[in-house]
Amino acid sequence: MSQQDWPLWEVFIRSKQGLDHKHAGSLHAADAQMAIENARDVYTRRMEGVSIWVVESKYVHASNPDDAASFYDPANDKVYRHPTFYKLPDELKNM
Amino acid sequence: MTELESEKIFQDKIDREIRIEPRDWMPEAYRKTLIRQISQHAHSEIVGMLPEGNWITRAPTLRRKATLIAKVQDEAGHGLYLYAAAETLGIGRNEMIDQLHAGKAKYSSIFNYPTLTWADIGVIGWLVDGAAIMNQVPLCRASYGPYSRAMVRICKEESFHQRQGFEILLTLSRGSEAQKRMCQDAINRWWWPSVMMFGPGDDASPHSEQSMRWKIKRFSNDELRQKFIDICAEQVKILGMVLPDTELKWNEERKHYDFGAIDWEEFKNVINGNGPCNKERLAARVQAHENGSWVREAAMVYAEKRKRRENKKVA
Repeated sequence: MSQQDWPLWEVFIRSKQGLDHKHAGSLHAADAQMAIENARDVYTRRMEGVSIWVVESKYVHASNPDDAASFYDPANDKVYRHPTFYKLPDELKNM
Repeated sequence: MTELESEKIFQDKIDREIRIEPRDWMPEAYRKTLIRQISQHAHSEIVGMLPEGNWITRAPTLRRKATLIAKVQDEAGHGLYLYAAAETLGIGRNEMIDQLHAGKAKYSSIFNYPTLTWADIGVIGWLVDGAAIMNQVPLCRASYGPYSRAMVRICKEESFHQRQGFEILLTLSRGSEAQKRMCQDAINRWWWPSVMMFGPGDDASPHSEQSMRWKIKRFSNDELRQKFIDICAEQVKILGMVLPDTELKWNEERKHYDFGAIDWEEFKNVINGNGPCNKERLAARVQAHENGSWVREAAMVYAEKRKRRENKKVA
């Protein structure tokens, strides 16, 4: 048995209450508890985190960047979803 | 889409400063050169722990010991950030470690020199980390996303390393005659190897042109080396020491320091395995890996045991 058997984990850190977890990088660990402890040691040495998520890399599903054009196409021509589409008089306040 | 079309789109992204992320299409050569560069950068961090680790038990005060330990721990973390970035390109950690241990992968030439005195620890922080910072700041804008993000993280941590080193030298330079001599001696031994850290001159650098076109590299070896020399030539004055280069002189026309010839034979020897500590460094890494295998195995078995216990509870 070698380190080949230690799966790869993706690490997400919430740096401060109120913020999202952000992807920080990856590491190898035998299980979730070790992954969290190692993530703490590597990615929060300077108190950069209040919360750590670890997910085995194989469980992260991603969109295919090659499909980006068609994947996001439905959203592209719907400019009416943006506030700037609507022309309103300047005298109108608070909107 | 043909290979040619994909390459055009790829190069266009690079030219427009759009970052390349792990699952984006990329030329095989781009992937290969990044795997080589990032993994060798990672190896350098890990091997770099050895010359400094050498003095942890002999640091002169508790404060010096604590800061040196913290620095060496940081280097381990830097190695990890970089191995993680390399793994996004499709190479596994084990394969990279095997390449290092088999002598197939390189690491920075500077770590093949011995740390003979406490002053060496100060000089490493000042000159070696200083040269690394010079190289690493532009890499924060490297075209490959995971590499550039790892570099941002590393650069934030690197500046304490350099300040720690310079502070050690400052203390020595204000001490006894023996301390001052030790300080100058360390500078004399580490100056030229640090200057060589920037790699061969631009005409002799095989990967440079392609790396610049792909925006992995932003400045040439010679440009960075010149900047480094200009900065150190001023900083050394504060220590009341000299850099061991009789040809070092401010050139008013160029607005840079002129400097003496670099011994590229030495560089070639060291990078090809014949430096003072190459064998020792590699042996230390291989031994650490082999001696640690029981930990890796035990951790795996324990994790499985724990999982079985959890499943039993739930069942």
